[in-house]
Amino acid sequence: MPGPSNIVAMKKVVQQLRFEAGINRVKVSQAAADLQQFCLQNAQQDPLLTGMSSSNNPFRPQKVCSFL
Amino acid sequence: MPCTWVMACAYAPSGCAVACGGLDNKCSVYPLSLDKNENLAAKKKSVAMHTNYLSACSFTNSDMQILTSSGDGTCALWDVESGQLLQSFHGHAADVLCLDLAPSETGNTFVSGGCDKKVNVWDMRSGQCIQSFETHESDINSVRYYPSGDAFASGSDDATCRLYDLRADREVAIYSKESIIFGVSSVDFSLSGRLLFGGYNDYTINVWDVLKGTRVSILFGHENRVSTLRVSPDGTAFCTGSWDHTLRIWA
Repeated sequence: MPGPSNIVAMKKVVQQLRFEAGINRVKVSQAAADLQQFCLQNAQQDPLLTGMSSSNNPFRPQKVCSFL
Repeated sequence: MPCTWVMACAYAPSGCAVACGGLDNKCSVYPLSLDKNENLAAKKKSVAMHTNYLSACSFTNSDMQILTSSGDGTCALWDVESGQLLQSFHGHAADVLCLDLAPSETGNTFVSGGCDKKVNVWDMRSGQCIQSFETHESDINSVRYYPSGDAFASGSDDATCRLYDLRADREVAIYSKESIIFGVSSVDFSLSGRLLFGGYNDYTINVWDVLKGTRVSILFGHENRVSTLRVSPDGTAFCTGSWDHTLRIWA
């Protein structure tokens, strides 16, 4: 016969599940549209996405300076 | 460092301290100093104590609090100054391998992934698990919030990366290919969230288009497993660390 601790643990699980079942959910179509909008809005600020001009790129191959 | 394996490290937001830990079951904070003569080991402060290895640590918005996850299946929030446990998070049934804090300044949630194949979202103040996702088929090695904070990605030993939307409360995308059979050790988003970078145990980095679900590119260079990956804060490059003893920057 399951001891009292098992029942207590099970009650906690049920309580947690009830809590999780009660949260407000947004429809995936809406959530996905929001994610898409965020990506597109910020796309210009993303150097890894849009690439960088050589003058700005801190990782470009360094040219050697020479004194004339 | 007094212990043999360091498994986690994190910079404090101010850049003045570093926290690290691993098989010593503790998270220690070291204040940084440019003075070469200073004995940094003497200034070490032990902040967190777990009953198993420390898998990940991260400062919250300030230098004063640190969040840790451990092989003992729990996450915990600690006060750095006093070493006191502020909140503990119970809910994983196995080792917790990774965690990530929500990006917003006011955000009070974080996400954790574990060996029980579950990803849990927690409220930092109450200690309660607010959402839980179990669709991966194996240990979850890495979790990272989407830049807007409304979603997060996870990488797992089941060779897939998955995107979960927090408001819709479900998995919304899977990034996988039949040809990819090795586990993902680490994931991170580009600044706009359009690209998802995954470091894999087959020595490669796969770049995924988050919205289309397709692979954009595969990057070779490492000679052993990629164990960690992070995009730089300004988004111009990302860095990978590997078992081949190198760190590489990709731009």
